[in-house]
Amino acid sequence: MAAFSKLSEAIAANVHDGDVVALEGFTHLIPYAAGHEIIRQKRRDLTLIRMTPDILYDQMIGMGTAGALKFSWGGNPGVGSLHRFRDAVENGWPRTLRLEEHSHAAMACAYQAGAANLPCGILRGYLGVDLPKVNTAIRQIECPFTGERLAAVPAIRPDVAIIHAQRADRAGNVFLEGIIGVQREAVLAAKRSVVTVEEVVDDFGSRSPNAVILPRWTVTSIAVAPRGAFPSYAHGYYKRDNTFHKAWDAHSRDRETFLSWMKQNVL
Amino acid sequence: MSSSPAEMMIVAAARALSNDDVCFVGIGAPSAACNLARLTHAPDIVLIYESGTIGARPSVLPLSIGDGELCDTALTTVSVPEMFGYWLQGGRITVGFLGGAQIDRFANLNTTVIGDYNRPSVRLPGGGGAPEISAHCQRVFITMSMGRRAFVDPLPFMTSFGHGQGGNHRARLGLKTLGPTEVITDLCVLKPDPQTKELTVTSLHPGVTQEEVSAACGWKLQFAADVAETPPPTEEELAVLRQLEERTQRAHAAAG
Repeated sequence: MAAFSKLSEAIAANVHDGDVVALEGFTHLIPYAAGHEIIRQKRRDLTLIRMTPDILYDQMIGMGTAGALKFSWGGNPGVGSLHRFRDAVENGWPRTLRLEEHSHAAMACAYQAGAANLPCGILRGYLGVDLPKVNTAIRQIECPFTGERLAAVPAIRPDVAIIHAQRADRAGNVFLEGIIGVQREAVLAAKRSVVTVEEVVDDFGSRSPNAVILPRWTVTSIAVAPRGAFPSYAHGYYKRDNTFHKAWDAHSRDRETFLSWMKQNVL
Repeated sequence: MSSSPAEMMIVAAARALSNDDVCFVGIGAPSAACNLARLTHAPDIVLIYESGTIGARPSVLPLSIGDGELCDTALTTVSVPEMFGYWLQGGRITVGFLGGAQIDRFANLNTTVIGDYNRPSVRLPGGGGAPEISAHCQRVFITMSMGRRAFVDPLPFMTSFGHGQGGNHRARLGLKTLGPTEVITDLCVLKPDPQTKELTVTSLHPGVTQEEVSAACGWKLQFAADVAETPPPTEEELAVLRQLEERTQRAHAAAG
């Protein structure tokens, strides 16, 4: 049952060294405040999962939080490379980073399989390409009905999923809208979940009967973190800071500049 | 008005799209081309971004595939598993529009690594949606600037399967879609040869010579028997593109 707490307490209680952690958000609702708290609490050797590791994971990787990364696209969208991610993969700085790399379609399938309590996700994917040669977690199965060869990937079952949402009500139900990515699947696939929200309201008020709501009994911890997705955005609250996304290229290119930026702005 | 090679590329790419297309849009040059098409000759084109936005009609170009502008203007927004499952794998998309870091003579793409996978000299972002976009859209357009570091053979890593080793390689893998049918660059347009599937220059942009195009390609480039000249951008195409880019710059400069 969802418990309200301070963000620092929610992270301390739910994220431990060595955990498999998915901080999800597909460009929208990226849980920056929670990720920064993990950095401040100096967690180590996390296996980070995310379809689109961007600036937040660049920061976590550059600060030595991650030992492994499971992902499908690692870049600063529309801008270019993630320099801290590249430095870790190309030079092992600040530590080596084991990669498990997939395509978006496969990651989405693996989250769905996790949420559905299945051992693997199945897709018509990876035909003719090189990723299966470097990732033994991509296998093939035969459809028992048609004989078609299909790709299979293991279900994603994180120790903890962390997302940001617009609102929680006082009972601890969570409401999100806009680009919802794989956040629902991530929470339902995980053993524990931490949700940061823009605000807590008495009642969600009028809404579509199909509104995306995570019932309180699917969420472990809720923490209020206004602007907790910034420089990503929260539909209905604030916009994506595209200027910052462009500026990150210069902040992160060099190790020393990066570390002093983190010291000034995050630590 | 005279146009830059980058503008010629976007205009030529936009022209490849029709009003009836349902298009899965990659970020960067593909997004500019798709929106230029929507704002000129293809007002009813359906633009789909992998973040889940269906029927997006952005007034400015998104920086990422998930900018708020896309969701705000879309007909509907679905989850990412639904996007890749029902809409892409489900066969609902007529055209996938991709860019890439590197391409080979059979329109296979690399966006993963330069060098060895485990010890890369350059780690690129990875495949993202591209491998399955390339597999499941009825056909694929690719747009990228030419140069010997981008047009290479062989590729160090095959991220997205175009025509593989050529010929009927797609069919042999069980792919029923057409794969890449057009590659639009800043210098020319290339199409796969009907039999061999090797990329062949079919049209040169105004003022570009065969020698220039050959020099910008890492393999011995084939030319069609009758190479056409790409019609230059019209006044309208250029004006709409420049207005779109101006609006975009203003919008991206304003912080949230």
